Amino acid sequence: MYNQTEIIKDTSELGADGELVINMGPQHPATHGVLHLVVTLNGETIKKIEPHLGYIHRSIEKMCESLTYRQFIYVTSRMDYLSSHINNLGCALLVEKGMQIEVPDRAKYVRVILSELTRIASHELWLGAMAMDLGAFTPFFYAFREREMITDIMEDTCGARLTMNYIVPGGLMYDLHPDFQKKVKAFITQFKSKVTEYEDLVTNNVIFQSRTKGVGILSAEDAISYGCTGPVARASGVSCDIRKIYPYEVYDKVQFDEVLETAGDSFARYMVRVKEMNQSIRIIEQLIDNIPEGDFVGKTKNVLKLPKGEFYTRVETARGEFGVYVVSEGGTTPHRIKFRSPGFSNLSVLNHISVGSKIGDLMASMGTLDLVIPDIDR
Amino acid sequence: MTNEEIKEYITTLAPAATFDETGEWLNIMVTAEELKPLMLALRNGKMQMNYLFCLTCVDFKTHLTMVYHLSATSHRQSIVIKANLNLEQPVIETVCDIWRTAEFLEREVFEMFGVHFTNHPDLRKLILEDDFKGYPLRKDFEDPINMIKL
Repeated sequence: MYNQTEIIKDTSELGADGELVINMGPQHPATHGVLHLVVTLNGETIKKIEPHLGYIHRSIEKMCESLTYRQFIYVTSRMDYLSSHINNLGCALLVEKGMQIEVPDRAKYVRVILSELTRIASHELWLGAMAMDLGAFTPFFYAFREREMITDIMEDTCGARLTMNYIVPGGLMYDLHPDFQKKVKAFITQFKSKVTEYEDLVTNNVIFQSRTKGVGILSAEDAISYGCTGPVARASGVSCDIRKIYPYEVYDKVQFDEVLETAGDSFARYMVRVKEMNQSIRIIEQLIDNIPEGDFVGKTKNVLKLPKGEFYTRVETARGEFGVYVVSEGGTTPHRIKFRSPGFSNLSVLNHISVGSKIGDLMASMGTLDLVIPDIDR
Repeated sequence: MTNEEIKEYITTLAPAATFDETGEWLNIMVTAEELKPLMLALRNGKMQMNYLFCLTCVDFKTHLTMVYHLSATSHRQSIVIKANLNLEQPVIETVCDIWRTAEFLEREVFEMFGVHFTNHPDLRKLILEDDFKGYPLRKDFEDPINMIKL
């Protein structure tokens, strides 16, 4: 955190090369949350970026130490609030792995469909917000038109439009809404007919391209060294899709491609996310007609106790690899829990990719990292 | 590489290492002094562990344990390296010159557990405010204002 506020009164104290320190945030329209960047500038060129975190720190890891294995899942929806179903899935998988709980097929299929719907909703929000950061206001309405349909589906399914909780250890909280399949199919039709509009409006826009191409270049080696995952790393050509490498649920039964770009700049990161939405639609199409009948939740004990030991699971959220690490002493609550959040590692690369570029390009670099601040602060 | 081969390889690098195979991955416990040379060899040697995907610390009330989850993008095999530290003066060498993601992760462990990382380029608090007292993720941490236990 940054406590000191210095008001420079005498400009003669500035460095010989005109060094200037600017506070960007914590309340800034382009940071989408309370992220505070202390940017050191030389003229308009960035010399250093220091993120100051903690404005939305709730110490979720400490909180989870006093919550039971049924309760702690609900807190994780408040971390990466745009990937809440996928966060819940990661935690549920960990408990199921530790206690060897059998999950019915119906629940597995629904979990994957919900994960992919969440991913599309997250990328839609990112697309609108990212274009708005770069000065294009209209794509926001286009993206939210489709996102609204997903939010409605989520509301039918689990009662919430944000911070959804539906996935529990053993399966699902309750059975699917009768209109679920109909509404998802309507969404697929709508999305497919409208996705070309994004291409016309944003991808092929010459201003957008010149503001993002060659900006914030990240090499493959640096992406791995900084621990970047998700679309950020895949835009640099690093294959890191957890759904492909360590398939969970029914991802090994569906056909989809891991989207890879090689340029590593902001435009490549944009392209990865837009193409990923189409892949998510492909996964949903393969599953939506084949949801098996049967139970939606497996048999579990009333009180869940993980055996003594250490457990780790990882899932692919909209931002990358989300890992849950639990040290259990054999009780009803975890002894220590650590969330490996993708945003935290993706943020650490911001200084590296922005140094030497102009301050105007910072918007493009930061926007395409797709930072969600509650996920970073936890 | 099988677990037996990795064990053999690690024993040549760190003779005092002990192994635990009960979990999902091979767990290797080393002393704090042995950690840095071992990490350098794992990154640059034949195992090419170029991806540090999780770095954290666990408070076991009698001691702290640093936990490093390593993997490689070439062969995708994961191993876990651990090192015990005492509670009074936890000191360990930094690994952020090997994996740059460790810079932020170590700053987080520094403020939450009070572990001091030697040779870290910028060891300051990252999330908590500068004048925060105590180490919140330690088990003996008490907060007089906010409820932290149920």
